[in-house]
Amino acid sequence: MVVFERPHSLAKVPLHYCPGCTHGIIHRLVAQAIDDLGIEGNAIGVAPVGCAVMAYNYFTCDMIEAAHGRAPAVATGLKRADPSKIIFTYQGDGDLASIGMAETVHAATRNENITVIFVNNAIYGMTGGQMAPTSLPGQVTQTSPYGRDVSMAGYPIKVSEMLSALDGPEFIARVAVNNVKNVKNAQKIIKKAFENQVNGKGFSLVEVVSSCPTNWGKTPSDALKWVEEEMIPYYPLGVYKDKSAEKEGE
Amino acid sequence: MSEKVLMKGNEAIAEAAIRAGCLHYFGYPITPQTELAAYMAKRMPKIEGGVFLQAESEIAAINMVYGVAATGKRVMTSSSSPGVSLKQEGISYIAGSDLPALIVNVQRGGPGLGGIQPSQSDYFQATKGGGHGDYHLIVLTPASVQEMADLTGLAFELADKYRMPAMLLADGTMGQMMEPVELPETKPELIDKPWALTGTGMKREHNIVNSLYLVPEQLEKTNLERYERYKLVEENEVRYESFMMDDAEVCVVAFGIAARVSKNAVVEARKQGIKAGLIRPITVWPFPKKALAKAAETCKAFVSVELSMGQMIEDINLAIKCSKPVSLCNRVGGMIPSPEEVLESIKKAAGGNE
Repeated sequence: MVVFERPHSLAKVPLHYCPGCTHGIIHRLVAQAIDDLGIEGNAIGVAPVGCAVMAYNYFTCDMIEAAHGRAPAVATGLKRADPSKIIFTYQGDGDLASIGMAETVHAATRNENITVIFVNNAIYGMTGGQMAPTSLPGQVTQTSPYGRDVSMAGYPIKVSEMLSALDGPEFIARVAVNNVKNVKNAQKIIKKAFENQVNGKGFSLVEVVSSCPTNWGKTPSDALKWVEEEMIPYYPLGVYKDKSAEKEGE
Repeated sequence: MSEKVLMKGNEAIAEAAIRAGCLHYFGYPITPQTELAAYMAKRMPKIEGGVFLQAESEIAAINMVYGVAATGKRVMTSSSSPGVSLKQEGISYIAGSDLPALIVNVQRGGPGLGGIQPSQSDYFQATKGGGHGDYHLIVLTPASVQEMADLTGLAFELADKYRMPAMLLADGTMGQMMEPVELPETKPELIDKPWALTGTGMKREHNIVNSLYLVPEQLEKTNLERYERYKLVEENEVRYESFMMDDAEVCVVAFGIAARVSKNAVVEARKQGIKAGLIRPITVWPFPKKALAKAAETCKAFVSVELSMGQMIEDINLAIKCSKPVSLCNRVGGMIPSPEEVLESIKKAAGGNE
């Protein structure tokens, strides 16, 4: 009996991610959701600029590579061109919360019927570990070598909290993939974010608190520990907005 | 034959685009192209499948265009000079991904915020790339409201045919003026686009729309292939109007509103016994190099009439290999040269070599 296998939507190619990076897990969860909902043949994914830039090679559905931060705008074009297609973006924190913040906020407020997977690892990974909009106060990075000084660099952006203040978006949730329990919950939430789109409900964003052992200068296991002890307290997990559930509760 | 209607240039572009099968428009408000977006906002919701979306920025608008273009559907955006600068990154991606799309630039004076009056000072940006990397756009320059409509349809056709973005390089006068226009019939010929993102349907390998090639040999190859296509465009798609050129000794070169003014000046010069003629590039990329080189065999001087500090004049000099003197007759900042000013330049050019 097969108890675990590669989702069909995940291409049979080696991923380029660093050892201990959680992008691989998140890719699998996305592919699993696509498989579970039977939408692979109808899906189009948008890859970001950042560590996941080559995600277009890793998913077996049609894919497009967006300019840095513009994935939600590209996704808007794809969705408006054919609303029957299932459109998702896969973006990091620099892409989504820094250079692409305007596109993120406006796609959310339009309740654009797309699914956004937002991988928050509190650092720019691809370019070698610079301070991200989500780097924690005091966090040492290549461009905050003395620790993030909030008096100079400001505070981290809590994307899920911020977007959930908008009237537009359907679903905003934050999950983590640092242990089995959290991975299982992340799988459920990511699937829901796709399901919402299939059901025409609108903008669904899942923020996935992730790790970057390479640029954090930690072993993979210490990195996961840092997620638990530093990241999650600053970025609490949970469903921040679920318009349909709110309506049902009324 | 369809009837003639009186329309603003900006509106003629919009209606012609819809008739060319463009059902997706994305834009951001900017003067002097506002009527185009307003027309789309009115018309698109009444058309099945029609989409008008006011984007949060020019940057978002061009990236929405990129998304639709990737699905193979006809799509456009429009703006004016400062807004078109913002779109350059996206245009580079569209060119680098070999996608067709239409970008309309109803030019205004610059640089910076500049002004809102007509200009042609985005010529370099339009014809030499504009964004980063090696690429070209097919650049069409309308000189009447009729051409605003006709060249819109042509731009979509050529963009599809050569898998590259096209630009309609108009200016504030062309956008704002009203003229009778005969609108094209609604029967666009759409070509098959096997590269488009339409979902695999579990029947084919996935299509990828992308401009990233980390292996230099591959990136070089895509550039070389693209330029092979550009060569075909240069061979097959040059368009220009030749006016009174048969025995011309002074060749005026101008496009858009500058060409209309120049035509009057050429006629007046002829009345005064000066053998002047006009070459009006309709495509400024590809540039009518051969026509100008041929003119250089018989003409003794050229006059470039531009609403810029002298941009097209460089292409004229290249086309004729600096074999004849080329003078510049220009106004900038939203000013337009008068026929008298152009006539004066023609006279100088005619007399200068005697």
